[in-house]
Amino acid sequence: MTSTYAVLSEGLEKRFGDVHALRGLELAVPEGSVCGLLGPNGAGKTTAVRVLTTLLTPDAGSARVAGHDLVREPHAVRRNIGVAGQYASVDGDLTGAENLRLFAKLLRAPRTRAAELLERFDLVAAADRPAHTYSGGMRRRLDLAASLITRPRVLFLDEPTTGLDPHSRNAIWDSVRELADAGTTVLLTTQYLEEADRLADDIVLIDEGRAAHRGTPAELKATIGSYAQAVVADRADLPAAAVVLDRLTGTEPVLDAERRTAAAITLDATLTLPRLVRELDAAGVPLLDASLRPPTLDEVFLRLTATKEAIAA
Amino acid sequence: MSTLAYDTSAVFGRHLLRLRHAPAIAVMTQTMPIVFLLFFGYVLGPALAMPGADYRAFLVPGLLVATAANGIMTGMFTAAQDSHRGVMDRFRTLPMSRASVPLGQASADLLTTAVGLLPLLLVGLAMGWRIEGSALEAVGAFGLLLLFRFATTWVGILLGLASRSEEAAGQLGGATFMLPLLSNAYIPTDNLPSALRTVAEWNPISAVTTAVRDLFGNAPVPEGASWPVAHPVAGSLAWCAVLIGVCLPLAVRRYGRPG
Ligand SMILES: Nc1ncnc2c1ncn2[C@@H]1O[C@H](COP(=O)(O)OP(=O)(O)O)[C@@H](O)[C@H]1O
Ligand SMILES: [Mg+2]
Repeated sequence: MTSTYAVLSEGLEKRFGDVHALRGLELAVPEGSVCGLLGPNGAGKTTAVRVLTTLLTPDAGSARVAGHDLVREPHAVRRNIGVAGQYASVDGDLTGAENLRLFAKLLRAPRTRAAELLERFDLVAAADRPAHTYSGGMRRRLDLAASLITRPRVLFLDEPTTGLDPHSRNAIWDSVRELADAGTTVLLTTQYLEEADRLADDIVLIDEGRAAHRGTPAELKATIGSYAQAVVADRADLPAAAVVLDRLTGTEPVLDAERRTAAAITLDATLTLPRLVRELDAAGVPLLDASLRPPTLDEVFLRLTATKEAIAA
Repeated sequence: MSTLAYDTSAVFGRHLLRLRHAPAIAVMTQTMPIVFLLFFGYVLGPALAMPGADYRAFLVPGLLVATAANGIMTGMFTAAQDSHRGVMDRFRTLPMSRASVPLGQASADLLTTAVGLLPLLLVGLAMGWRIEGSALEAVGAFGLLLLFRFATTWVGILLGLASRSEEAAGQLGGATFMLPLLSNAYIPTDNLPSALRTVAEWNPISAVTTAVRDLFGNAPVPEGASWPVAHPVAGSLAWCAVLIGVCLPLAVRRYGRPG
């Protein structure tokens, strides 16, 4: 069984003093897939990645990465992984080319690998500048390049696009997709639902150090639904809009007289924006704007925790 | 080549490259002793009891040793930077020999120091300091300086790895300039109040300074001092053995130990 999973963890626990950062994290990432670890700040994403990349020893639980036990065979794990992200970084005093040549040397890869990666990550022009002069996007690309020297079997990316502009973000996304298509297993953490949705085959929602929910992006969206919202011309039109939204979504809409909006959550995956607009129009609601969007991560967690509490109550 | 030697040479190369790109710390730590030498030699020296020329010959070995002792500061800055800027974490995720990262740093530092001592020696020569002993003893003095530097660098690496932040390491590292002041590097300890004198004589810097002065033939070994100062060469070797024997394994373990 283990050989079909690139990452398999059971009951991972990690404490920092009073902070219980991981509380029995279970992960099973099939070989060749992309797993998105999605969670808000402080959920334990970085701790999970640090444990899985041998930087931290778990207090309890066990994990195998690329078929090797984390605690007993860390060296074998290191031979098979690449790490880029919030911490494992490059040397800012060295140029991009020097950094990649250093890591190529340490990994016994040919020097030409550095040139290849500079080319691939569009860093040729900046190759001879110290890395601390790079923009955020260039720096992340260099980080990513440094983690790909030996074409690792499992690539760990900790919030690879946090703080990047949309253009740089797209460049990283393209690279991750390419790697995944070429068969690399990727475990990435993110705070962005959109990122997990775009890249991951499976999403694990992580909350307070444990998996709160897992499934494909489609399953996740089916569980968390989407927000249908209508903005009307006059607040007097709100009740009419509410009737339509209620009928379409099956939930009672929330009205905001100030902003003249009616909004309702729906789990109905067949509801489309054209239909929403058509039905509101047919009911004679003077519509200024309408949207059907996935909930934000905050809203997702609010709902999941609300559900948990409801079950507990 | 063994994995350790190969990885160490790669890390060694990295530190030399860093020095080329960011020489500021190295230049500063090599110029400070020259400034001290000029200040003590020409400004403070004449105010002390010793005749000027003799004092300057006495002072040069002291500053060579004080420079070697700066290994604590440089070792600490460098290790703290690497450990708090994520570079070490990347090294830790690579299938490298664990000892190679601190060892590469310490060996690159040794080469830098060997070169960095030259300007200080030249200024010393210009001020009238001379090697008055045999060539063999002079080689021994240089060897001892480098060995002491190697030892203090390991103290620094250990402290840098244990530091909470770069700033904390910077403050503690900056404070180490006090250490030569509490030794016989700049002034003879004979006239110090007795408590301070005991501290100074048990400061490793004093033993090494006395040994270097003796080997260069600049000043005789003082009578009635603590054992390491009274037997300066053996005392210095013992101090270096203790510092390296304690700090090297602890630093390697600290680097390799996952949190
Ligand atoms: N080295 C550490 N010492 C103390 N607490 C830590 C340390 N690393 C992480 N934590 C704490 O553990 C929790 C999880 O942190 P982290 O894994 O960084 O979350 P995320 O990456 O999801 O934002 C947080 O409460 C954080 O403050
Ligand atoms: Mg994080």
